[in-house]
Amino acid sequence: MIHNRRLATANIGVAIAAFGVATFMALMQSLSRASLDLPWRSARMYYLSVTGHGVLMAIVFTTFFIMALGVVFTTSALNRPLKWPKVGWVAFWIAVVGTAMTTWAILWGKATVLYTFYPPLQAHWAFYVGATLLVVGSWVWGAAVIATYLAWKKENPGKPVPLAVYGILSTIIVWYLATIGVASEMLFLLIPWSLGLKETVDPLLARMLFWFFGHPLVYFWLLPAYVVWYAVVPREAGGKLFSDPLARMVFALFIILSTPVGFHHQFMDPGISAGWKMAHTIATFAILFPSLVTAFTVTASLEVAGRMRGAKGWFDWIWKLPWNNPLVASVLLSMILFAVGGFGGAINAAFGMNAVVHNTAWIQGHFHLTVGTAVALTFMGTAYWLVPKLVGRDLELSLLAKWQPYLWFLGMLLFSISNHITGLMGMPRRVYEAGYGGSEIAAQWSGLTLVSAVGGILLFVSASFFLLCMLGTVLAGRKAEQPELRFADALEGEPTRVLVFDRIWAWVVVAVILVAIAYAYPLADHLAMERFGSPGFKPF
Amino acid sequence: MHVDLYEKIWMWGAGGVIVLFLGTIGIATVSQGRLPPSHVEVIDPQTVFADERFAERGVTINPDGSAVVTMIAMMFNFLPNEIRVPANTPVTFRLASPDVVHGFQIVGTNGNTMVVPGYVSQFTTTFDTPGEYLITCNEYCGLGHHNMSATLIVEEGT
Repeated sequence: MIHNRRLATANIGVAIAAFGVATFMALMQSLSRASLDLPWRSARMYYLSVTGHGVLMAIVFTTFFIMALGVVFTTSALNRPLKWPKVGWVAFWIAVVGTAMTTWAILWGKATVLYTFYPPLQAHWAFYVGATLLVVGSWVWGAAVIATYLAWKKENPGKPVPLAVYGILSTIIVWYLATIGVASEMLFLLIPWSLGLKETVDPLLARMLFWFFGHPLVYFWLLPAYVVWYAVVPREAGGKLFSDPLARMVFALFIILSTPVGFHHQFMDPGISAGWKMAHTIATFAILFPSLVTAFTVTASLEVAGRMRGAKGWFDWIWKLPWNNPLVASVLLSMILFAVGGFGGAINAAFGMNAVVHNTAWIQGHFHLTVGTAVALTFMGTAYWLVPKLVGRDLELSLLAKWQPYLWFLGMLLFSISNHITGLMGMPRRVYEAGYGGSEIAAQWSGLTLVSAVGGILLFVSASFFLLCMLGTVLAGRKAEQPELRFADALEGEPTRVLVFDRIWAWVVVAVILVAIAYAYPLADHLAMERFGSPGFKPF
Repeated sequence: MHVDLYEKIWMWGAGGVIVLFLGTIGIATVSQGRLPPSHVEVIDPQTVFADERFAERGVTINPDGSAVVTMIAMMFNFLPNEIRVPANTPVTFRLASPDVVHGFQIVGTNGNTMVVPGYVSQFTTTFDTPGEYLITCNEYCGLGHHNMSATLIVEEGT
């Protein structure tokens, strides 16, 4: 059963509130992009909104949601409360204070630096300190989860760790490794610089540290979604998990491969040699492997579900799946769009080819399929399943929950496809206005920016359905006993133990070695070079 | 560990696809020199205008016919704002920023680089189609970001 419900509910509440605010910003941005003249439209508002949308969705919504999932999955799979519940609350409040500081700085127009905050654009110090506190809160949360796992292990010697907990531990390890980069950037460069203690910073060093963090960040988002796909969805769809050991292999591979890949975001940067960029390219392609295995295992588990529901032929298991179950539908639709997003990602990572799409609208089309659908839609589906269990109330407005994933899918298709195409045509991402003074070349993008705006409107309606459903459930849902949280069984019965996957700390050692190889030399080389710093600029 | 036969086939296939992708990239890199712009050269961002490498900007034609374009990317313009280069001849772009990070993209081509203050960006390309091209800044640089553009005119060689 789920323990520490109030803590999980508090975390998920902040996550959904952040999602709500960011949703309104998104609507405005997609309309602005299509040059639709709205009364409050201005460049200042647009860039402020892009910053807010990015930070609140990509950092706040995800982190709080994952902290909630960590508490829920760990305590229910291990069937014990958190070892240090108070530490869990300390983590929550540190993260809340950090989020409040950062959000204040953004909404008051003091931090229009976008969620990548590349210096020498300089935000108010509260932006950096707040973001750092959010990360510190998540570190404390990770410690609370790990302590609970270790206590359980002591109480249950020799028992294999449940898959859901294995996945959450992998998430925490990836996060600890990743945040070394952003924490160094904040503590050594940006915070002292924004407080005036340091005159200048090296913008390229900051970018290297940011992307040390920025790519494993996507696996911090993705792994909890994979936990839902592997450990929850097969049962919810009426089936069983096709292969438990391979699911563990996938998480173990993410532990070692998530971090040594960051230079693929910096292919177009001067000051980094092509050789190191190539080394990171190879690791980036290697990380396609665990996701391809996931595609097979989860699809096979769904086929098992369809057959257990009475399907006979080759393909009719697809139609036997419960497409009207909001969680199952969300995950099925997420998987379809993630397949497209994954191949797009391979193009982004393809060294020379990256020049065609770098910093174009293609990129926003890409990550709205991956984090914006595979992760966000899975989380929304998970919320329909989880929030009733947390608050002990029936899902209210459940008809909206049934339609919401489909609306998201449709909206995202329009939004994403149009942005992929305008990106290939050369339209930059993150521009308030894409007219370029009446340029004929820029004029070719305008029809597609309208399609993107229509997609944005559908996504907004879908997000509103989700928010109404959540609010309705918490405020007006019928109080009723909810079914216990239960995880999927493995198809083979008691899963075979593969000891190499049980030794999770051995994988951590391999990961640290790979990170050292991928980053220690280029960073040392960079620091040894004669460099010039930049003072701060606030052009907003 | 028992692994289903179909899943085994799938995993070998997945590995094969990854090797194929990396092989393709490797071949393109080695045989066609398709490298991302990775020039390493530093410059003090606070003295870019006085620096002899960027004091004179514009297009220079080398004795062998190839061209060098020297530009500054700054909030919210490119200097110079209009450049003319010959078609079918290698053109080397050199850029620096005196303020924040900018992007430089020649729309409709694979000419694309970041311009990071403190570093000189450099890449070489050849234009085979004469005509007018739009250059955009593709990295957010402040409230005037969407106005930051330039024109590139590729002229028929003589």
